[in-house]
Amino acid sequence: MNWEVVIGLEIHAQLSTNSKLFSGAATSFGAEPNTNTTLVDLGMPGALPVFNKEALRMAVMFGHAVNAEIGMTSIFARKNYFYPDLPKGYQTSQMDDPIVGKGYLDITLDDGTVKRVGITRAHLEEDAGKSLHEDFHGMTGIDLNRSSTPLLEIVSEPDIRSAKEAVAYVKMIHSIVTYLGICDGNMAEGNMRCDVNISLRPKGQEAYGTRTEIKNVNSFRFIERAIYTEIERQADILEDGGKITQETRLYDPDKDETRSMRSKEEANDYRYFPCPDLLPIELTQEYVDQIAANLPELPKQKADRFMSEYKLSEYDAGVLSATRAMADYFEETANVAGNAKLAANWVMGELSKYLNSESKDISESPVSAGHLGGLLVRIEDNTINGKTAKSVLQAMWDGEGSADDIIEAKGLKQVTDTGAIEAVIQSVIDANPAQVEQFRASDEDKQKKMIGFFMGQVMKASQGKANPGMVTPILNKLLKG
Amino acid sequence: MVDQSITSLAKKLRAKDISSVELTQDYLARIKQLDGQLNSYITVSDEIALAQAEAADKLIASGSTSALAGIPIAHKDLFCTDGILTTCASKMLHNFIPPYESTVTGRMQASGAITLGKTNMDEFAMGSSNENSHYGAVKNPWNLDKVPGGSSGGSAAAVAAGLCVAATGTDTGGSIRQPASFCGITGLKPTYGRVSRFGMIAYASSLDQAGPMARSAEDCAHILQSIAGFDTNDSTCSEIATEDYTANLDAPLSGLSIGLPKEYFGDGLNNDVAKAIQDAVKEFEKLGATVKEISLPNLNLSIPSYYVIAPSEASSNLSRFDGVRYGYRCEDPKDLMDMYKRSRGEGFGKEVQKRIMVGTYALSEGYYDAYYLKAQRIRRLIKEDFVKAFEQVDVIMGPVAPTTAFGIGAKTDDPIAMYLEDIYTLSVNLAGVPAMSIPAGFADGMPVGLQIMGNYFSEAKLLNVAHKFQQATDWHTKNPSLAEGA
Repeated sequence: MNWEVVIGLEIHAQLSTNSKLFSGAATSFGAEPNTNTTLVDLGMPGALPVFNKEALRMAVMFGHAVNAEIGMTSIFARKNYFYPDLPKGYQTSQMDDPIVGKGYLDITLDDGTVKRVGITRAHLEEDAGKSLHEDFHGMTGIDLNRSSTPLLEIVSEPDIRSAKEAVAYVKMIHSIVTYLGICDGNMAEGNMRCDVNISLRPKGQEAYGTRTEIKNVNSFRFIERAIYTEIERQADILEDGGKITQETRLYDPDKDETRSMRSKEEANDYRYFPCPDLLPIELTQEYVDQIAANLPELPKQKADRFMSEYKLSEYDAGVLSATRAMADYFEETANVAGNAKLAANWVMGELSKYLNSESKDISESPVSAGHLGGLLVRIEDNTINGKTAKSVLQAMWDGEGSADDIIEAKGLKQVTDTGAIEAVIQSVIDANPAQVEQFRASDEDKQKKMIGFFMGQVMKASQGKANPGMVTPILNKLLKG
Repeated sequence: MVDQSITSLAKKLRAKDISSVELTQDYLARIKQLDGQLNSYITVSDEIALAQAEAADKLIASGSTSALAGIPIAHKDLFCTDGILTTCASKMLHNFIPPYESTVTGRMQASGAITLGKTNMDEFAMGSSNENSHYGAVKNPWNLDKVPGGSSGGSAAAVAAGLCVAATGTDTGGSIRQPASFCGITGLKPTYGRVSRFGMIAYASSLDQAGPMARSAEDCAHILQSIAGFDTNDSTCSEIATEDYTANLDAPLSGLSIGLPKEYFGDGLNNDVAKAIQDAVKEFEKLGATVKEISLPNLNLSIPSYYVIAPSEASSNLSRFDGVRYGYRCEDPKDLMDMYKRSRGEGFGKEVQKRIMVGTYALSEGYYDAYYLKAQRIRRLIKEDFVKAFEQVDVIMGPVAPTTAFGIGAKTDDPIAMYLEDIYTLSVNLAGVPAMSIPAGFADGMPVGLQIMGNYFSEAKLLNVAHKFQQATDWHTKNPSLAEGA
């Protein structure tokens, strides 16, 4: 049968506040277990939560960025369940009245079409701690550093129809939250985690099929793989006339498969009710409007500006504005180089090749934007040619310093002295009498084809340092005798 | 010594008639001598008390004007006290020594008050008789066969027997007022949000409020002055400015309008208690007050509403007691689930378990609307009743409880009868208004408390009304023979 895939996503973005959602403890990653904690995060008797207003500001920023209704009165609720790393026995979250209501965002698919994905809601909630199962001799250790760290849970409508769309959506959310500066977006550190709801239905059918939820997928690639394997699993069951069990599943990247975690029957009744320790959050229109007025540039606006200001193609502008780190890197490189198109080509071309080969993000590039810009300046002013520049970039990647340092140390400066270039050309002519003879006997069209050979010989003889722009006319002149 | 007020002791401390160390030693000696009969303390913190007393003597010598400086008081055992065992009268916290101080106890310490120890209570403040304690029932100093009331029964008994000058209590559904009534002392439940809940182990967060229990309204005013006011650690604590609670204690009551809700004088109210209340009201008329009958029509709904809301919040508040980080953990758990079940099953007493079950049920999917939401709707109705009533009168008066203190064991097998004890007190918590219990006579040899309810943040007015009554009467100066005999 022809199946239609229906996907909805829940993304947990950790907000980059300095302190926790309900306490003054630091949110920094990697501290000694249980050191970033206060009485509140430890769930001590008599400890009370105090709401961090910075998290509120960030949530409202997000609401504006996805064109959403802002909850002028929003309420914290308790989600009750027992777990060793949940110190209070409940998670403080939002249920009926979230801070961000209905909104949407547009994603661009590979074929260039734009698709609108609905945002159901986004709400504030606190994270739990972590259970540590190693090093405790059959016991479990609890680290509550992450306890009460602020999360924004972003829930999409079931508007997504493929793994590719899901990844494009997650990338767009990632892009928005990092542009807003409200989330570090480091998926490996768990800054952004994703729950994927998937169901299949026969094409043309309106009713949704039974869905499964894949919990805590933490990379773009895993999201794609998890969806592919889950679609395949569900399709196999349905094709065989079976039924999908509504359940929570986990994606195992090592085996590239999803497996059951718990079924709906085993699911908790969370007994949500309004948290009596926290007052409803009441917003004024002035507060909401002020945040809207001070919103930083978002990916779409950035791409539009790149096209108008730097005359980039739509494709290039899209790639270079995909993440805030990429956009910032490109803009700094362009400003230093003084040539945006050249900067775009190098960031998207040579630099990306290096980054991809070592699976590094642009934010981890060993070559800074300033250094890359400095290299491009030397192409622009003819100090080196493009070919030499590639070898300089290799040296920069290897940590040998700035472009100028490397050009100097390796003596790569382009030869622009007419006399010296003439001498090299003459030596090439002298060394290849047969080819010269043939050249001189040929018509103009043939000569055009043969000039490449001499050009290559000249560059070889000059160890790539001869300025190609200067070589061509002199070569033509000397060859024609 | 037993009937000395904070005001008179403060004078003596400054006149050097007595030092805080001597005073503290006297109280510690009385506790040692008498508390075997009452069981009002769970922990007596001798060493800390004497060290605090030494510091208080220096504070007084250096000219401190704080009325509480050097005054020995006791704290209900649900206020976290840094370095002092804090049990909530539960096996669950039998070993819990907090590394932090509650706002209430911290503010009293900052005022120079001495912490004699921690008083017995119903486990996790759940009860109306102080029989639900892991540390045993508390006896009423007026009659050792009777209950002192609950849940702040230890505080009430200790104050009545002169085992402390005053004490702190908490009131979720009457837990300051009813034991104050049963033990013949003065207790004040402030407006919800007037006093910080930080460091106070929660029973029902939207109802819990700390307040003073003492021998007079004036003493209550001194304590309220110390503990009231905004606290950044409690989001539900009010930013409304506090008043000078002792400044207007003597203001005349002429023109005061008193409302008597007819629902407070109907079936179920003991005749002798009713007589005492009516006599007290006449006393107020002599002081220049006018009286009118009013109605709080939803009074009867306060019991079902309270017994849904309070257990619902409790079921969640008490989830943190799981054996993982502190408190009681069962022996040799075989897995996580076993640890949870046995730690909580063995650590919590019966009444606590019952209320956790009730609350869990009320919040469950499919029952939430019928129970929790409906209870919240009733709560709004009750609040509106009070708002309307205070458009007509300045204060509302009535009994605190339908009867005087009942016998130990008399109602333990009848939870409905026990819950009905709270009929006159619960609605005040549901509405969030302040209320007091003051001694207003005796019935069958046991004290009767008069309840005075006020509008939001009208504590100064309530204390004024109570103080004028106490200037005109001597019910609050009566002592049980147990205390006199020592």
